Amino acid sequence: MTELPGDLLYTSDHEWLRRNDDGTVTIGITEHAAEALGDLVYVELPEVGQDVESSGEMAVVESVKAASDVYAPIAGNIVAVNEELADDPEKINNDPYEDGWIVRMTPSGDIDESDLLSPHDYQTLLDELDD
Amino acid sequence: MGSRTPLYDQHVDAGARIVDFGGWDMPLHYGSQKEEHHAVRRDAGAFDVSHMTIIDLHGEQARAFLQYLVANDVAKLKTFGKALYTCMLNADGGVIDDLIIYLITDNEYRLIVNAATRDKDLDWITEQAARFAVDVTERPELAMIAVQGPSARQRAAACIAAEWRDAALALKPFNGVQTGDVFVARTGYTGEDGWEMVMPAAAAKDVWKTLLAAGVAPCGLGARDTLRLEAAMNLYGSDMDESISPLEAGLEWTVAWEPTERDFIGRAAIERIRHAPDRRRFVGLLLEDKGVLRNHQKVVVADRGKGEITSGGFSPTIGRSIALARLPAGDYDRAQVDVRGKLLNVRIVKTPFVRNGEIRIDI
Repeated sequence: MTELPGDLLYTSDHEWLRRNDDGTVTIGITEHAAEALGDLVYVELPEVGQDVESSGEMAVVESVKAASDVYAPIAGNIVAVNEELADDPEKINNDPYEDGWIVRMTPSGDIDESDLLSPHDYQTLLDELDD
Repeated sequence: MGSRTPLYDQHVDAGARIVDFGGWDMPLHYGSQKEEHHAVRRDAGAFDVSHMTIIDLHGEQARAFLQYLVANDVAKLKTFGKALYTCMLNADGGVIDDLIIYLITDNEYRLIVNAATRDKDLDWITEQAARFAVDVTERPELAMIAVQGPSARQRAAACIAAEWRDAALALKPFNGVQTGDVFVARTGYTGEDGWEMVMPAAAAKDVWKTLLAAGVAPCGLGARDTLRLEAAMNLYGSDMDESISPLEAGLEWTVAWEPTERDFIGRAAIERIRHAPDRRRFVGLLLEDKGVLRNHQKVVVADRGKGEITSGGFSPTIGRSIALARLPAGDYDRAQVDVRGKLLNVRIVKTPFVRNGEIRIDI
């Protein structure tokens, strides 16, 4: 597995967040999650404009093997979804941290980073899963 | 830790993701399940199926015993090496397991049953065999490799001793031959041409290496499942079990009703539902909306009630979701499936979905 991007925050549910300069947040699933799911074949995306609660269901990713919910790591309003995943869900397998992004949202308040994992802490979590 | 086949170390070295399957540590895939699926449809793939249970029957009443034990009729096996697919039923007509039976030689048959049902199958067969002059012998020392795909036989010929190669390549579908150490049969579980090879465990590593060197892709249980679903081949435990008769699992073609005097276990029970008006259909579904059909999702049929998906998934060949489902009786060709609370439209299609590399349904 390649090294974790150092500029992202992570969750124990294997999602990542990127804090953009305009105050929005981009969210996807980690390479570990994508590998565990296997080849993705379908992604169910939320509507643009939809409000999501923290830990609420935000999207569904389906692989040849199984369906898996993607939970919102923070509360906010969806401002964009990655429409390209409709035709090419494998973007998530091939490039989980860039082309395979899932949604962009405006956080509904300040982001409490203590609820999220630093790259170091997420790496520690992955190392523990490997043992 | 589960049981391991003779090829376990090779799978790990090849980067396989190992999962538990019926108590066995088996490869799910070696990187991409979809690529393995396409390799079988377009060229050739190899599956380690050594977890499957091999049982040999020997004795002067072996044939009479099998004519009592299973719903298909081994009298159809008229030449040595010929294979028969059948269900083994309980007295209520439910399916204990599905299996392949080979006629090896006079008074000698080989049964290949599922790994997950090994214990109950052996118990049942042994119990039923008590009244017959037949010996039941499990053969755990044998390994089994399936090589499947349009190029499979040509590529796998390198595994067969030179003096047997022509005989192996000349096999007709559903026929087998012993070639030195390796029993080769032109059978499979993918809807493609190919062989299933049974050999001593000690020979399996070399056969596997030879296949890979000949350009055959190693394939895991994940691709095996999507391939068999496209071919509309049943999976025991998903599409049928002890509460389901072969007649409601699309397997009536494996029941030999003739001769009527042959009294196999479960016959009376399935005779009773044979012409029942409420006998459920077992059909193929194509999802017309976006999404993926999965096992156990409910199927809603207008005015007729509900059924259930028994095997659902994404078809890599078609690029859409397909399923096998058991539905209420009736003549209709559309239904809806409850996918996480949303009703999605499906069309009932004639199976198989895919056969010999070609999509066989209208999409």
